[in-house]
Amino acid sequence: MQHRYRNNLGLWGWLGGGRYGFDRYAYALHRLTGLGILAYFLMHIFVTGTRLNGPEAWESAMNFFDNPLFRVGEFLVYLAFLYHAVNGIRLVLVELGLLVGKPGLPSYPYSNSVIRHRPVLVGAMVITAVLVLFAGADFFFLTK
Amino acid sequence: MSTSKESGKMKSIVFEVLRYDPEKGGVPHLQEFTVPLHKGMTVLDGLHWIKEHEDPTLAWRSSCRMGICGSCGMFINGLPRLACTNQITQLHSDRVVIKPLPNYDIIRDLVPDFDRLFDRHRSVKPYLIRRDRIEQNSPTREYFQSAEELQNYIQFAYCIKCGLCLSACPTAATSDDYVGPQALTQGWRYLADTRDEGIEEHSEALYSKHGVYRCHFAGACSQVCPKGVDPAMAIQLAKQAAFLKSLGKCQDRPGAPVTPPIENWVSEKQVPKAPAPTVVRES
Repeated sequence: MQHRYRNNLGLWGWLGGGRYGFDRYAYALHRLTGLGILAYFLMHIFVTGTRLNGPEAWESAMNFFDNPLFRVGEFLVYLAFLYHAVNGIRLVLVELGLLVGKPGLPSYPYSNSVIRHRPVLVGAMVITAVLVLFAGADFFFLTK
Repeated sequence: MSTSKESGKMKSIVFEVLRYDPEKGGVPHLQEFTVPLHKGMTVLDGLHWIKEHEDPTLAWRSSCRMGICGSCGMFINGLPRLACTNQITQLHSDRVVIKPLPNYDIIRDLVPDFDRLFDRHRSVKPYLIRRDRIEQNSPTREYFQSAEELQNYIQFAYCIKCGLCLSACPTAATSDDYVGPQALTQGWRYLADTRDEGIEEHSEALYSKHGVYRCHFAGACSQVCPKGVDPAMAIQLAKQAAFLKSLGKCQDRPGAPVTPPIENWVSEKQVPKAPAPTVVRES
């Protein structure tokens, strides 16, 4: 009897960047932030739904969330949104076949679309970082 | 060399190789071997040394030793690579950890089961399809194609079916049904070929729900490709073509015509006779 061993990496292959490039980590983070935003969205619907039980229930829910822990949590959701939005625009452009270059005869040392596209990825990350700084200032210093 | 251990005068390096016995089943385990190291030695050379001197039962798949056949793909120090084109010293590690390519079932030791790769490859019908089946099966002359048209797909035709891209793909890690970067690239290779008329046949798997739209440009496939094929780009170009077609900006092109007969072609009588053979076969 011959047994085959199933060697699919599964969730770790999907999430783990390993020794692959920066782009692979951007891919994993895009999916993680997407799931985070989805989780927030579901929670948001639940919390907003408490208004149906009257103003007291609503006030009670708002008082429960009015603490530094949830304030930081809200900021993390905003960070996830910023990353997902900026990186999402980059991915839309890529999936329209833009910013990846043109095919041609490969000659050693090989280049590829991922290397050619990397400045765009770095630019998207810089834009995200700048927006995160503004968001942080707004969250913790400007808005009381 | 600073990354290898001294063993008398001969430098040596530790190989950790994943072993799996299909008769026993169970969980694969790593086995250590100490291999003498010499300049220019590849990972494949190290495996041959182990088989000749330490353990003749060690199994892997290899053939050409020069990065052409695509047989010796392995997961070497955390990345899918060809064992024959990677020198041990260039790994910059005092250990070489070798496992079979992930995302394929293991048959034995370092031998992956490529059924998944080849089944997906067949699904995109990776060959020229012409409406005129008589001309296709019994060609009279070549098809017209310019050098510029050749540039649109020649890069993707360099695929050696080594399977590294599918083992690196994060989508393939969680989805058995995903067509995968290798097959999608080959599907696009024929769609981009002006001689081809099988747009519907190639598109069926390419634009299925397990096709190009499952790719989100993680880029690992292009990073590990040993021939510069760049599957990530082929997949994005396939998406672009579908988008332009949906906008009506891109029409299905007719297949390149067969070239007309060349007038004044040199007849057989004008071809000079071959010189007399220098080696005479004994009858």
